[in-house]
Amino acid sequence: MRYSALKVLMEGLRGHTGWKPAWRDPAPQTDYDYVIVGGGGHGLATAHYLAKVYKKARIAVLEKGWIGSGNVGRNTTIIRSNYLLDGNEPLYEFSLKLWEGLEQDLNYNAMVSQRGILNLCHSDAQRDAYRRRGNAMILNGADAELLDETQVREMAPFLDFENARFPIKGGLLQRRGGTVRHDAVAWGYARSADSYGVDIIQNCEVTGFKIEKGAIKGVETSRGYIGAKKVGVAVAGNSSRVMAMAGLRLPIESHVLQAFVSEGLKPVIPGVITFGAGHFYVSQSDKGGLVFGGDIDGYNSYAQRGNLPVVEDVLEGGMALMPMIGRARLLRMWGGLMDMSMDGSPFIDHTPIDGLYFNGGWCYGGFKATPASGYVFAHLLATDTPHETATMLRLDRFRSGAMIDEKGAGAQPNLH
Amino acid sequence: MSQRNRLEGGLIERRRPLSFSFDGKSYTGYAGDTLASALLANDVRLMGRSFKYHRPRGVFSAGSEEPNALVELRSGARREPNSRATVTELYDGLKAESQNKFPSLRFDVLAINDALSSFLSAGFYYKTFMWPSAFWEKVYEPAIRRAAGLGRLSGEEDTDTYDKGFLHCDLLIIGAGPSGLAAALTAGRAGADVILADEDFLMGGRLLAEKDLLSVRQGSDWTADVIGELSNLPNVRLMTRTTVFGQYDHGIFGAVERVLDHVLEPQPHKPRQVLWRIHAKRALLTAGATERPIAFENNDRPGIMLAGAMRAYANRWAVTASKDVVIFTNNDDGHRTARDLSANGVNIAALVDCRTNAPTWKEFEVFSGGEIINSRGRLGLRSVKVRLQDGSVKEIACGALGLAGGWNPNVHLTCHKRGRPVWNKAISAFIPAPDGDPLLRVAGAAAGIFSTRGALKSGAEKAIDALEDLDISAHMPDLPEAEDAPINAAPFWYVKGGKGRAWLDLQNDVTVKDIKLAHQEGFKSVEHVKRYTTLGMATDQGKTANIGALAVLADLDGKAIPDVGTTIFRPPYTPVSIGAFAGRSRGKEFRPYRLTPSHKWAEEQGAIFVEAGNWLRAQWFPIEGETHWRQSVDREVLAVRKSGGVCDVTTLGKIDVQGADAAEFLNHIYSNGFAKLPVGKTRYGLMLREDGLAMDDGTAARLAEDHFVVTTTTANAVSVFRHMEFCRQCLWPGLDVQLISTTEAWAQFAVAGPNARKLLQKIVDPAYDISNEAFPYMACGEVTICGGLRARLFRISFSGELAYEIAVPTRYGDALIRRLMEAGREFDAIPYGTEALGVLRIEKGHAAGNELNGQSTAAMLGMGRMVSQKKDSIGRVLAGRPHLIREDDYRLVGLTPVSADSTILAGAHLMNIGEIASAANDQGWVTSTAYSPHIGSSIGLAFLKKGDQRHGDVIRIVNPLDDGDIEATVTGPHFIDPEGERLRV
Amino acid sequence: MIINHPLLGPRDAQEFVYHGDASLIDRPDANAETALDDFHDYLYLRDNPAGSHKELWFHEQGLRSWLVVTRDTTTQEISLVELASDYAKRRGWDR
Repeated sequence: MRYSALKVLMEGLRGHTGWKPAWRDPAPQTDYDYVIVGGGGHGLATAHYLAKVYKKARIAVLEKGWIGSGNVGRNTTIIRSNYLLDGNEPLYEFSLKLWEGLEQDLNYNAMVSQRGILNLCHSDAQRDAYRRRGNAMILNGADAELLDETQVREMAPFLDFENARFPIKGGLLQRRGGTVRHDAVAWGYARSADSYGVDIIQNCEVTGFKIEKGAIKGVETSRGYIGAKKVGVAVAGNSSRVMAMAGLRLPIESHVLQAFVSEGLKPVIPGVITFGAGHFYVSQSDKGGLVFGGDIDGYNSYAQRGNLPVVEDVLEGGMALMPMIGRARLLRMWGGLMDMSMDGSPFIDHTPIDGLYFNGGWCYGGFKATPASGYVFAHLLATDTPHETATMLRLDRFRSGAMIDEKGAGAQPNLH
Repeated sequence: MSQRNRLEGGLIERRRPLSFSFDGKSYTGYAGDTLASALLANDVRLMGRSFKYHRPRGVFSAGSEEPNALVELRSGARREPNSRATVTELYDGLKAESQNKFPSLRFDVLAINDALSSFLSAGFYYKTFMWPSAFWEKVYEPAIRRAAGLGRLSGEEDTDTYDKGFLHCDLLIIGAGPSGLAAALTAGRAGADVILADEDFLMGGRLLAEKDLLSVRQGSDWTADVIGELSNLPNVRLMTRTTVFGQYDHGIFGAVERVLDHVLEPQPHKPRQVLWRIHAKRALLTAGATERPIAFENNDRPGIMLAGAMRAYANRWAVTASKDVVIFTNNDDGHRTARDLSANGVNIAALVDCRTNAPTWKEFEVFSGGEIINSRGRLGLRSVKVRLQDGSVKEIACGALGLAGGWNPNVHLTCHKRGRPVWNKAISAFIPAPDGDPLLRVAGAAAGIFSTRGALKSGAEKAIDALEDLDISAHMPDLPEAEDAPINAAPFWYVKGGKGRAWLDLQNDVTVKDIKLAHQEGFKSVEHVKRYTTLGMATDQGKTANIGALAVLADLDGKAIPDVGTTIFRPPYTPVSIGAFAGRSRGKEFRPYRLTPSHKWAEEQGAIFVEAGNWLRAQWFPIEGETHWRQSVDREVLAVRKSGGVCDVTTLGKIDVQGADAAEFLNHIYSNGFAKLPVGKTRYGLMLREDGLAMDDGTAARLAEDHFVVTTTTANAVSVFRHMEFCRQCLWPGLDVQLISTTEAWAQFAVAGPNARKLLQKIVDPAYDISNEAFPYMACGEVTICGGLRARLFRISFSGELAYEIAVPTRYGDALIRRLMEAGREFDAIPYGTEALGVLRIEKGHAAGNELNGQSTAAMLGMGRMVSQKKDSIGRVLAGRPHLIREDDYRLVGLTPVSADSTILAGAHLMNIGEIASAANDQGWVTSTAYSPHIGSSIGLAFLKKGDQRHGDVIRIVNPLDDGDIEATVTGPHFIDPEGERLRV
Repeated sequence: MIINHPLLGPRDAQEFVYHGDASLIDRPDANAETALDDFHDYLYLRDNPAGSHKELWFHEQGLRSWLVVTRDTTTQEISLVELASDYAKRRGWDR
């Protein structure tokens, strides 16, 4: 069923009796060619591209709860491709291009909104680093602009320019960055994948892998054994846990990242703004809530909740940056499990087990990568070769020393 | 007529009238009123508009669960959007405006959405607005954004102050209703440290809203007695206007106290609100319960509200929304409302009870087995339509309707650590799991115990129980006799069969139909339904909405409600001002300032300062006639090279390393060797991280066999010390070595330039020979200066000139800078700031932060050979990984522009001449740049692929961000004195 | 969170800096033939359990001791806090 304004109009007139389920609710079959473990954004996108672009069939997505219940449903909805390093920037730029055509590709309005992302800088050294990054972005085909203080002031007059502890010196602007309605990404991919015949199986937890002679044969699940020729795992914060069932150790720690939303307000903030002298980034949703976040709590955690010190730290940053928000109220805070990798960059790679593939280590960059992550993971699953934008995202890169460390923080996941 | 809906009695102070305004119109209320009760008293029912359909709305509740009556409170910079009128304490001069309407509350243009509602069903926006694709940002979204949102922020800086504090207690009691008061009394008498917090401005909770609950005395009096006793106990802290909004790990609770929200303006410097972090050994949740409505067609009109709220308005505030009221109930509690109102002189036009066996009363008519199926009244309720048990329909005129759908325990805080509530069939509600958190017990209505007697008893019992954990013995107090009747709620959630819209989530306009549509479209999980329809995501977080939606879902799936599940309650319990979370950490006080010992002196010199982390450092020292920073900086640089200058370098990290194994320890943490460093010598040291990349550089000076002073960069002072302690305590715990950070203990100044020695000789006491022979390059030692002041002297140089760093105990730093400058006058020595420091180090080719950015290997920095392969130092092994030792890696080089008047900018990228500028052709980047007055042009340091083999080559420097594209000659990184002769003179 | 410091008693976790898996104490032999692989596994392949986890915390805003904390990563419950130097020595690291 195609969605359109006309369809909405017609259904409105006939009392919405004609809408069909966005995706089926099939029972698992005994075996598939491709099993994707994880019904989050990345897993569902993988299934979509595997079916639509790579024309593969007999695909299932297994989700232990309800689809979209992980980080795709609990993030700050930001999209951008403002990365520095060659291992990352091509992938995120590819992702941004896919975002730009997403609604038409999926026939689902995920509200991709390119209202811009502005990273503020507060020192000369920071501006130098932004210039290096902005140039790298442009050289990789992305857009970037370096703003001086006056230009930032014009764009965001509500920031604290008069009384700031760390004065704003300028900013790196990516106009094509912005936000997306996060849940709709999961639903849009699910609906599209389903329309290509992908079985999306919810409440189906993978409890083990069947591996024979170094090759994957299938997965044990809470709904029985499911055979598979190839298995792709995209389970974010649960990566270590799931891959341990295949006997693999990963260069990943699971951490909790909190995010926040304020009560709904009339529009005050146009795009995304990040503070360069504290942990705070903010945008305003179409509904009017200020959506903001900061740093991870900093300790390994599988509990989807954080603690007060980080909440206070984030909001101190918020007040320092835009003192007008003091009388807005914090409505809700939540936590998501981040698969923090040892260099801050992700992995999309085959594993030492034939037919078992891994996608993870996204730290808190996973949401914006959703389309490209799905695309290149589908490419890997379908062709057994890495996509051209993901050749460096290897699981063995720490053995060779080819780290992709944007922040230069080293093997310290909570600093990435 | 003034306050025409005011009744007799109540807890308001009639002798203290207060004037206030709503939408520009003036009214009068009394002290003790809320904005909602005062508006109702003045017969104002219309108070707001809903989010999506802009439906006219009135007050729905009498507490913090309010979905409808949201206003913009105060004006100017103090404007506070989305303020719930139901918890806004009335004060004299209060100004409020309705929100989310244009042009007026009575006539709102966007109410057109209501007429179009059949096209604006749940999730409609996911299905349209896709064509043409560019229209989303340009047309659709801006229109949606303008229409969305609720109240308006002022856009101005919040001028009020906020504060933060920590509190500790044995028992935190959350909610001061009957169970909370009984608990506090029990624990307080037992001598425990107790905090009793309540969001209301009066303690008593539901006792304040009821009549004749306690047989001994009237409810509010018993309450007053208990509060009187508690306030005399030194171990009990009573906190009104305090919302405990969240439970965090290990017994930590977040609370916000609204200290001065109930006055027109806080006194200057008094905080408006205080954020408390409460460390409680045990806590007791006595937060009561929230009444739930019953959904039916057009159940959202102004005048329709929760029955318990109506009762609270009548009993506590002496107010009724109308003189003609209908009650719709599924339980006995609705009858109590009708009787209380009736006793207060309100006409109960009818009581409609969905149960067929409803009690009857002589004061008013009861329709057993009846249902309300619709209502009328655009801007306020005029009548309701009742379907009687026999199927006939009757229209009853009324101005207000009370809905009594049973009560939901306020279990929210028990969920914050992901506790899952369980279904209790007897009360058709979720209650906290009985085997829940041992740190947080639950009593009273929050635990599903709805009778007053039960609440009192369970409060006391749970307090005794909790204190037992802490070995504090407590005893049951005498509790008053109280009503103990069950409310006999029938599980009845919504009226079936209507064609129109029946609201579940009033604020977000989510109706029964929306839930059904979501379900039809496959959004069956309760979380999917919530997200698809926006149910429960408004400012009230669905406190009165969620359960009804669960009931609809349960019916659709043919399941019981507990099998449908529940969404997770997350903090905060009610919305909290962002300002409170920030406290005093805002503006210039966002982070503390660290000031160098010469700061005051530098201020006197008119220095320009710059933030360096939390430090404030002198950036340059302008003198008369200089109008541009470059003039000052060039002058400072040239002066240092020509004669001498002084710079405060206190910010560099300083770590004292002492112990018999100090040298061995340094051998582990530095990649180069330190074991053989003689006493009295300093050595440059490179620290790697364990992953083999450069972490930091600095010097280590050996003051004695067992005593080194290590310096770090300013930026890494904290992390290097942490790392060294890690190495000491975790990796080599057997070594005899101790560390102490002395960064703040020593004021340190660089004295640089050809006359540096002569200058210092005037300061250093004559007993110490600092001639070139006696104190050569890289010497160090403890000396005295200025006639006996102990000091440390290091002959090290960042500038490339003959230079020293001299350190004295911090309290002498200010005196020393003055002495140094005085001594330097004859040499024309100048103070120089961080900017000149940077130019000098770039000219000399020293790596600093831009090069030591955590992504560089020793080889990239030209220090590959410093990494000793003969010993086990941190990072040595992994530095040998293939990718890190490849020949074609980046190397630090110098760049000078081919055309002397062009400027090299840091962050520009390097390309080979003749190749297109692209990521594939990227040869490296410029790390640091400066104008070199010595060279007479812009210069730069850069990382260039195979840079060490390309000295003399010409390369392109591209900077597409600024449209820059220049050519430069590759050189070694040392622009000045590459042989280091100046250092040694 | 609260960390019950073995010397100082209960302290707010905000005073501490987290470092990660306590296996970082077991630094491999740099002179072993397999040193490169050993160090790779040591530095990059750490334990990341959903459950009991021994981990390193540094009391930065306090007495600058490194601690080994045993904490459940699903409930945040802390069952044991030790001085890292004691723990390391017990594991045979006495130089």
